[in-house]
Amino acid sequence: MTKNKIIESVIHGVFLILGLVTVGCVFLITIYLVISGIPAIKEIGLIDFIFGTEWASTAAEPRYGILPFILTSIYGTAGAIVIGVPIGFFTAVYLSKIAKPKIKSFMESAVSLLAGIPSVVYGLVGMLVLVPGIRKLFNIPDGASLFAAIIVLAIMILPSIIKVSMTALEAVPKEYEDASLALGATPVETYFRVSVPAAKSGIAAAVVLGVGRAIGEAMAVMMVSGNVPNMPSLFQSVRFLTTAVASEMSYSSGLQQQALFSIALVLFLFIMLINATLNFFLKKERD
Amino acid sequence: MKKILALIAASLVICASMSGCGASKSSVSTDGSTSMEKVIGVLGETFENDTGISVTYNPTGSGSGIKAVASGTCDIGLSSRKLKDEEKAEGLTETILAYDGIAIIVHPENPVEDLDVETIAKIYTGEIKNWKELGGNDAEIVLIGREAGSGTRDGFESVTKTSDKCKYRQELTSTGDVITTVSQNPNAIGYASTASVKDTVKAVKVGGVAPSEETIKDGSYVVQRPFVLVTKSDKKLSQSAQKFFDYATSPKASEAIKSAGVVPAN
Repeated sequence: MTKNKIIESVIHGVFLILGLVTVGCVFLITIYLVISGIPAIKEIGLIDFIFGTEWASTAAEPRYGILPFILTSIYGTAGAIVIGVPIGFFTAVYLSKIAKPKIKSFMESAVSLLAGIPSVVYGLVGMLVLVPGIRKLFNIPDGASLFAAIIVLAIMILPSIIKVSMTALEAVPKEYEDASLALGATPVETYFRVSVPAAKSGIAAAVVLGVGRAIGEAMAVMMVSGNVPNMPSLFQSVRFLTTAVASEMSYSSGLQQQALFSIALVLFLFIMLINATLNFFLKKERD
Repeated sequence: MKKILALIAASLVICASMSGCGASKSSVSTDGSTSMEKVIGVLGETFENDTGISVTYNPTGSGSGIKAVASGTCDIGLSSRKLKDEEKAEGLTETILAYDGIAIIVHPENPVEDLDVETIAKIYTGEIKNWKELGGNDAEIVLIGREAGSGTRDGFESVTKTSDKCKYRQELTSTGDVITTVSQNPNAIGYASTASVKDTVKAVKVGGVAPSEETIKDGSYVVQRPFVLVTKSDKKLSQSAQKFFDYATSPKASEAIKSAGVVPAN
């Protein structure tokens, strides 16, 4: 065996390990979550845990119902999508098809910057500007609410929606658009009747990516949503699945801590579902 | 052949990344109040820097800490309440390490200056809903609190006897968040460790007494609780535990205790 071959094999081995590290992490987290999440669900009972409407983990008679968290996470994410997707989608169409190169490069770097802002900064600005703003605007006692969280999440998912949609729109073959224009369609008709339908699975993937980002966000929503385990309502203080874990973990013990792991497990299942959907759309896009 | 080499390389890297070490030293074990985490952490660190003896801390809660020291599973028990008479009768001694004062804070523009403990309890349980009833503006009171399990929340609720009954509008996860939120909302009321209160909020008097180091120490400011070191009366501490006990209760430790945000007793 030559010297070169030995070096090749060593390098292959190193790469193999690096690859295995990633896979190992995923497996480790999954197994750990399942093992530590199951006992509390067993003790509390699956139905009581998932459909219980009351969470009072440190009360004399603790109650562990996470329905408020699940619904809050779903409503919050849905709200963010309702506000964020139209803005993101039209921005993507504008940037990829209509905008002049100078404007495009400026706006693209602004979008990248938006993606790079740490979530704690979103939370801080939300806490200091958005929450008092909502309080004054709607004349309610306190602005920390589901609504504030939805606004913050909608802004946070914009970059992923814009960028992924843009990539999909830019990948539409120019011939399609040329043909449409040659048949007498106006440019705007062409974008919405030809380019967007051709890129639809890419745009769907962008939306799913946004959903994933919104449902997994903890820090920013923790700072603006008030964190009280109420059943969700637009101007009430609410707690998300993520913040339920994050806010109580530091001091928790016993069954309370196990229940937090169970919440994490539920969240993990949600994320897996979203990932599967994402893969489905991406696969469709490739075909 | 190639595959075998790859595997060997892989196992070599894994072996190299694992290195074992573990020399046991004498250490002091403490067990108890979750609220005392910070103060024991700071004391343990400064003590270890001086003597090389490490201090372990097991956050189980005051009740378990007291049981642990009674059964001898730890050197020093930590309790954020005074011992009950029956616990003393079991042969336990309490030594007050520090006082944790909790300030009741409102927005600086709020005209309310003075509340008593019963009124605070009524506010937090939702019996009093409007500042008007307390001589303030006609506005709904916004209750800001800490997350379940927080030592400050536990302390506040046990002093005001409102455990599990508080109707919070917001449950925040740090003292800083509570102070910022109260400073942002003219109708908010919150509680925070006295050491962290800044000018952006106003600490109200409780029963006519303003929170300060003196009023907390002499007990006239009532929203406070002691941090207690629990030891066995009849059994001597191990040498290193005795050293830590002496250090923690000496004036030398007062700077460290202050840095944890509580008022040293000695």
